[in-house]
Amino acid sequence: MTDNDSAPIISIKNITKRFGAEVVAVDDVDLDIRRGEFFALLGPSGCGKTTLLRMIAGFEVPSAGQILIDGQDMASVPPNRRPVNMVFQSYAVFPHMTVFDNVAYGLKIAGVAGDEIAQRVPEALELVKLGGYGPRKPDQLSGGQRQRVALARALIKRPKVLLLDEPLSALDAKLREAMQLELVHLQETVGITFVIVTHDQQEALSMANRIAVMEDGKVRQLAPPAELYENPNCRFVADFIGKMNLFEGKVSGLDGDRVLIDIEGLGQIPAAVSASNPSEIRGEVGLAVRPEKMRLSGEQPTDGAISLSGVVSEVAYYGDVSFVFLRDSAGRNLSAHMQNASRHGGLPLKVGERLWCSWEPNDGIILTA
Amino acid sequence: MGLFNGGKRAIQIGPLEYNKRLSFRLIFFVTLVFLYTPILTLIAFSFNDSRRNIVWRGFTLKYYEKAMDNDSLIQAFTNSMTIALISTIVSVILGAMVAIALWRFRFPGKASLEGAMALPIVIPEICMGVAMLAFFSRVGYPTNMPWPLNLGAITVAHISFSFPFAAMIIRARLANFNREQEEAAKDLGANEWETYRDVVIPYMRPGLLAGGLLAFTLSLDDFVITFFTAGPETVTFPVKVYSMVRFSVTPEINAASTVLIVITIALTVIATLMQNRAKP
Repeated sequence: MTDNDSAPIISIKNITKRFGAEVVAVDDVDLDIRRGEFFALLGPSGCGKTTLLRMIAGFEVPSAGQILIDGQDMASVPPNRRPVNMVFQSYAVFPHMTVFDNVAYGLKIAGVAGDEIAQRVPEALELVKLGGYGPRKPDQLSGGQRQRVALARALIKRPKVLLLDEPLSALDAKLREAMQLELVHLQETVGITFVIVTHDQQEALSMANRIAVMEDGKVRQLAPPAELYENPNCRFVADFIGKMNLFEGKVSGLDGDRVLIDIEGLGQIPAAVSASNPSEIRGEVGLAVRPEKMRLSGEQPTDGAISLSGVVSEVAYYGDVSFVFLRDSAGRNLSAHMQNASRHGGLPLKVGERLWCSWEPNDGIILTA
Repeated sequence: MGLFNGGKRAIQIGPLEYNKRLSFRLIFFVTLVFLYTPILTLIAFSFNDSRRNIVWRGFTLKYYEKAMDNDSLIQAFTNSMTIALISTIVSVILGAMVAIALWRFRFPGKASLEGAMALPIVIPEICMGVAMLAFFSRVGYPTNMPWPLNLGAITVAHISFSFPFAAMIIRARLANFNREQEEAAKDLGANEWETYRDVVIPYMRPGLLAGGLLAFTLSLDDFVITFFTAGPETVTFPVKVYSMVRFSVTPEINAASTVLIVITIALTVIATLMQNRAKP
């Protein structure tokens, strides 16, 4: 353990990337990636997350700003000299080489001795559970196995950071879920910092220690998964991560440490404020409530929860959970998740039925941006 | 039986089973007949024990011996092979370089270069031939040099019309190259040259082989352009056959042509085998 253990492994300082005169792919991004963490860049396609990753790897040159890896400025360092390795979206396994040669490639180029290669390659293959696959050609492997080859090929170089560009997007749902867990275990085993780019919020939430949510080239919020989910700082993040019921309203007053918001059809309702001074929040705001925090009932609840009634417009059945969609008197579409906790019973849901939807004041999130 | 009885069977022919329809089988059969009968006849009559190529008079190999003893024919054959070999090597190298330049880089005049590249492919051969003749006589290309330097003019002409074909084939191959493989090599520490050596060129290999094969056959059987650029000392095989045929079609020509066909087929088979092995 050295002194700089607390220093970030990657420091991105005011990085901007323009393509031509019009397109700004990455817009003045400033963030630190900590040593040993599993970091996710999350956002819709075209938000600049892949461009940012490619700038870290050295395949794109920033238009402005600075990238430091382990304290070293990367401006004049070509991709083949950077202490990072990448797992590509297409895996980019070399088709004319065997699995062994693919994994050994980085070591051969670095001039590592033959007997050391012969020892380290099987180790790396064992690490990704491909022991004994060395003599095979990539076209004899499944997509998941090819990805493991790409992982072993990158990890064998013992990089300071492993970059993963949408690594799971080409896998089927079952395999993707298994790979998510495996990547997390792998990261814990090797202790290398992982930076993953993904558009799949579930993937980011389940794998990463911290997530940077990007939109239009900017980082909208950088937080651990639970904070991101429970305390989104703007409408975009609230809507992009998970599902959200959004009520637009106006701040009308204070009630202790709660803010009173005037919402059409609901009247004045209290909402909890997380950190900042409640008196600073005023004007037009959004009140957001997660569908799973909504309770459904046939009668209006009397326990102090905020409630409103609506007509069931649709029910989507997912086995473990049903998504119930309601339309309230103000014409808003609401959704509530209902656990199918029992094989029989629960509310008999019919389209057109009137139901009450309620939530605790503390479960409402105030969104000002 | 077999080929034509498909339609009369009790088994119904499905709407997409074109290969079982009588009309399609007929077209297929006729195509085969017109394609291969002339070639098979040529080969068969090279073994015919007759001075004229009309009636079969028994098997002999004497025309092969005769062709082997024909010094000017052998000379023409050697010339053709030498020219084809050099032309192929240079065409593939040039073609690969052009293909990489057009695939990899964006530069002013790229579209014009692509057009200029395709020109030798679309220009009528006879015009190319005349142009080459005018060019070499204007430049004053020395004609009385020792073998194989005296083949220079023909070789240059052959390269100039072969390499665009090679470039086209190699570029088509490169178009499907996954650039992430190139980036992966660099990511793993390879420099520009190592990336080409270990990743890009192995990927190009089937294209290089196919381009080379095409350049070789183009050069080997070219008559028109060669006819205009050849001197009395530098006769190639097609030009020689043409001058022999003007007197009469003897089994000797059949024999020489058969040898050429065998060589071409052998090369194609080798190239195909290599290509299959190189396939990812």
